[in-house]
Amino acid sequence: MDERFGLDRRVTLPGDFPLAGGGVLPELTIAYETYGKLNANRTNAILVCHALTGDQYLASAHPVTGKAGWWTRLVGPGKPVDPEHWFVICANVLGGCMGSTGPSSIDPRSGQPFAMNFPVITIADMVEAQARLLDHLGVGTLAAVIGGSMGGMQALTWAVNHPARVKKVVAIATAARHSAQNIAFHEVGRQAIMADPIWAGGAYVADKPPAAGLAVARMAAHITYLSEEGLTEKFGRRLQDRDAVSFGFDADFQVESYLRHQGLSFVERFDANSYLYITRAMDYFDLAQPHDGNLARAFAGVQSLFCLVSFTSDWLYPTAESRRIVRALNAAGAPVSFVELESPFGHDAFLLDAPEMNRVINGFLTA
Amino acid sequence: MTPVLLRPDLAAVAAAVPEGARVLDIGCGDGQLLAWLRDTKGVVGRGIELDASDVAAAVGRGLAVVQGDADTDLADYPDAAFDVVILSNTLQAMQRPADVLAQLVRIGRSAIVSFPNFGHWRVRLGLALSGRMPVTRSLPVSWHETPNIHFCTIADFEALVVEMGLTVERRAGLHSGRQVAAWPNLLADTGVFVLRR
Repeated sequence: MDERFGLDRRVTLPGDFPLAGGGVLPELTIAYETYGKLNANRTNAILVCHALTGDQYLASAHPVTGKAGWWTRLVGPGKPVDPEHWFVICANVLGGCMGSTGPSSIDPRSGQPFAMNFPVITIADMVEAQARLLDHLGVGTLAAVIGGSMGGMQALTWAVNHPARVKKVVAIATAARHSAQNIAFHEVGRQAIMADPIWAGGAYVADKPPAAGLAVARMAAHITYLSEEGLTEKFGRRLQDRDAVSFGFDADFQVESYLRHQGLSFVERFDANSYLYITRAMDYFDLAQPHDGNLARAFAGVQSLFCLVSFTSDWLYPTAESRRIVRALNAAGAPVSFVELESPFGHDAFLLDAPEMNRVINGFLTA
Repeated sequence: MTPVLLRPDLAAVAAAVPEGARVLDIGCGDGQLLAWLRDTKGVVGRGIELDASDVAAAVGRGLAVVQGDADTDLADYPDAAFDVVILSNTLQAMQRPADVLAQLVRIGRSAIVSFPNFGHWRVRLGLALSGRMPVTRSLPVSWHETPNIHFCTIADFEALVVEMGLTVERRAGLHSGRQVAAWPNLLADTGVFVLRR
């Protein structure tokens, strides 16, 4: 039994880990899971990249919430990414809070948590950390890298920064840059955290986090993951456990109660400083920026096949952003498939039942 | 793998595609033609298709197909990006057919265009005798439901091509997939043209 493979793995890779922003981490710890077996030719590895608040528990129960893996609709027996056939890797991102090096990790140089001394990281840094993990696992080339939302940003970055290591890229409900609106919503979340006095410049203790600020950040963000149509259908103006409004500030409406619950349960499993750093990494993301804003030039050296999927009601990373990527890939001569799927569920659609998405991904992976 | 039998009008289009060409099929449907060209002629193919489930089916065949609209999206492709651009049985559904034709010969070194011939005698006769818009085997949908908004005859198409200053490399009139010997504008149900700038 190779200790490198399986559920709930963790590895510390010694040596400096330089960052795009100029900082250096003295060592790199990555928490990850693998599913299935790497074949003899090492040709069946698929890396799945998680979104902002995701983690490595892709297809196994979450240790804190006890909930099933976050993408069991795509990954699992009989699914497009079947561990019977594929060797699947999912790692907690750099900057995360489920075991990979992040602001809540202990800085070996001081013996204290990094907190706000953690260097600012980028999506490219997350990808470099994953590349180091692949080296550790003995995986040279990925059959595919798959991601939605921030995971899609990582998938695209993989193709650009490591063209020879990626055969296929599946980028879902994502963008090649953060828009002003994306940045604006993230800034609301960060300010909510920083306005919580318990945040204390990031120097809170682990068992007394800035829960109120982080919960508000999550509530605001959660709205952006849904759609007006979805909210109306799910909640309308229905009241929560009462027959009439209370003329007060209780959660009279079901939608309020739902958001409060989302905020509170999020605090149980996520670190406020990680939220600051990862949202920042997303805001800084702009694949075209090193090429004077010309996205096609960013894709000039790619060697992968691409498959992009967007959803009609996703206003966080709308179809126009996927089309921009498709245009640039076409201009760069890269083979790209793209489909916009009907869904009323907003950005979250990619995590829900999406049979057409599964059909597209299955076809793309097996073809 | 045994290639499937192509629809007769697609077979005529496929015959005009050289081996190993880089091909863009606009309105590629579920990718039948592209898959056939890839499997039998070693073509490197791309597709554009409006319908999401057709795109899903085409991707399932291992094709690179982008969901999009030929009326708006062709401008995104660079000049001479493809050896051959195919527009089969789609021109009549375009908002601006002349603009689309101009894009075809810009993106492709040559363009293969096939379209239903509204000059076919059945269509002429149907309109003359019944006074109703023709509903035929190749055009089975009523006028108010059809996606086909710009019908033309082979003669109309020839006139447009001349007006646009395009070169016709080859032309054929087909009836039930077979080339007609004479009077194509009267006897052919489909026109197939190979054009270039």
